[in-house]
Amino acid sequence: MDTLAFPRTHYLNAEYGLKSWLLTTDHKRIGLLFLGAISLFFILGGIFAGLIRLELLTPPGDLVSDDTYNKLFTMHGIVMVFMFLIPSIPAVMGNFFVPIMIGARDLAFPRLNLLSWYIFMTGGLFTLYAIVTGGVDTGWTFYTPFSTLSSHSNVMTAAIGIFIIGFSSILTGLNFIVTIHTMRAPGMTWFRMPLFLWAMYATSLINVLATPVLAITIFAVALERALHMGIFDPAYGGDPVLFQHLFWFYSHPAVYIMILPAMGVVSEVIAAFSRKSIFGYKFVAFSSLAIAVFGFLVWGHHMFVAGMSVYGAMIFSVLSFLVAVPSAVKVFNWTATLYKGSISYQTPMLYALGFIGLFTIGGLTGLFLASLGVDVHVTDTYFVVAHFHYIMVGGAIMGYLGGLHYWWPKMTGRMYPDMWGRVAAVVTFLGFNLTFFPQFVLGYMGMPRRYHAYPPEFQALNVLSTAGASIMGIGYLIPAIYLLWSLKYGAIAGNNPWGAKGLEWEIPSPPPTFNFDKTPVVTEPAYAYETREK
Amino acid sequence: MEHVIVPRSTYYTIFAVLVVMTGVTTGVAFFDLGLANPVIALSIAVFKASLVVLFFMHLKYRSRLTWVVAGAAVFWLGILLVLILSDYTTRGWAWF
Repeated sequence: MDTLAFPRTHYLNAEYGLKSWLLTTDHKRIGLLFLGAISLFFILGGIFAGLIRLELLTPPGDLVSDDTYNKLFTMHGIVMVFMFLIPSIPAVMGNFFVPIMIGARDLAFPRLNLLSWYIFMTGGLFTLYAIVTGGVDTGWTFYTPFSTLSSHSNVMTAAIGIFIIGFSSILTGLNFIVTIHTMRAPGMTWFRMPLFLWAMYATSLINVLATPVLAITIFAVALERALHMGIFDPAYGGDPVLFQHLFWFYSHPAVYIMILPAMGVVSEVIAAFSRKSIFGYKFVAFSSLAIAVFGFLVWGHHMFVAGMSVYGAMIFSVLSFLVAVPSAVKVFNWTATLYKGSISYQTPMLYALGFIGLFTIGGLTGLFLASLGVDVHVTDTYFVVAHFHYIMVGGAIMGYLGGLHYWWPKMTGRMYPDMWGRVAAVVTFLGFNLTFFPQFVLGYMGMPRRYHAYPPEFQALNVLSTAGASIMGIGYLIPAIYLLWSLKYGAIAGNNPWGAKGLEWEIPSPPPTFNFDKTPVVTEPAYAYETREK
Repeated sequence: MEHVIVPRSTYYTIFAVLVVMTGVTTGVAFFDLGLANPVIALSIAVFKASLVVLFFMHLKYRSRLTWVVAGAAVFWLGILLVLILSDYTTRGWAWF
């Protein structure tokens, strides 16, 4: 039985004062800095989403003007994608747990890690400035020639913000790759690593390989907007479809930057709460790398109706189907892990199970969109909106919340009320489905995305969607309350409240500044639950 | 890893080559060679980039792992170019 005493000194009380946080090189504190920042951005992005849903409650555009509506969905997308989802699990839980899970005292480059937070905040502030001084109306995709020629909103300020934020992703990715390669504890072989680390590694590869292309693309937009260099604008001899190629070369893999870490979390949680090792560990590990690599080959499916060659579209369509294979490997293997497991339905497990169901729906509808004929019918409709929210909200955010609930006791040393956790997970799941399932139907019926007014026959489904959004909002509010409450009033967690395997559960909660008194030696595979309980 | 000290003369030589090749790029641009213009300009650019990576960024003196990392970056650039060209080169093809 683990002791339930709160450790006398740990990373949270080792030093006090603002300076000790702003100049920290402790990966755990930097993880918390990111947690604070992205939580604020999540609230901001959520407010934009709320306003969008309120506007769509009624058919006419009666709450905001069409211009304002364009800015609302643009800023919702920019904030949620670049300032919340992409950094979410890697920058918070990756920073906190990658070193601990491999048995190291910190990341390979601690100061670079702090720099990545400052870069993120600088980019975030640029984007916030663009928002408060009038906003952006191009959509989060910044498509040319509108973004370079026609838009009179704060395109460049927002683009510079995203350009800067990208360097934060690159530095975090670089740090994780070097750390995982060089700082694993004795006995922590590649195939003894928890699957969360494989997911972090695969995500980092995408971060390092794809993000520079986004930076170059934004730079090219700036050159064209400022100096009228002909790159994307036909008026100057450029090609707008080239922008889409370059943008999606980053932004489709960015979907996997968002979802792969959540898949890593789900592997940890499924194993811990079914008391079994992950079925087909190596397949799940390699499927992360396969998703990272295949993810680079499929971007053209965003452009089937953009004027690209039909033959090019056929190639991208076939390649897009490939990604389903490693994704399905994961879903089948998690399901097989549950078989004959000793399953308990605590909060993190409910989020993980929710992830599997919602991700599967999001993934399968992605195959509809990879099919050339169907895509022509539903491009730029609410079907697409529903599809990617099933991946990014139903998948990535459910994974994020699952991970946060799983590791919260380790990060803070305190338990949250599990009953409220389970209530929140169920409310979020129900609210999410009520919000986004009607959007599949709306889209298939022909309701286009990015319009602030719509014909009356679409109202019933839109009312359902808005009602679901408010339920989902409550589902997010409940954890915000009880997690903050737990910091002061939560029961003491002890080293290993879940009885889970992994190096992070062998050290005190909260961990000491340098994680381990002496370097651990790993002698068994990850998830050796069966071994322990025999 | 062994730390290689590169003689200063190497850097000066590479710098001189880069300047000369920049001049060649500019000079060639004054002649209308049709499709050969971009081919020559891009070839010179690749050659210059290789010199920078090999000598100024010390890839020539580094371990095979560093070569793998650099090679992966080039390979990924290849993915970008090949798949973009799968669109551009087939746009004029007749639809069966």
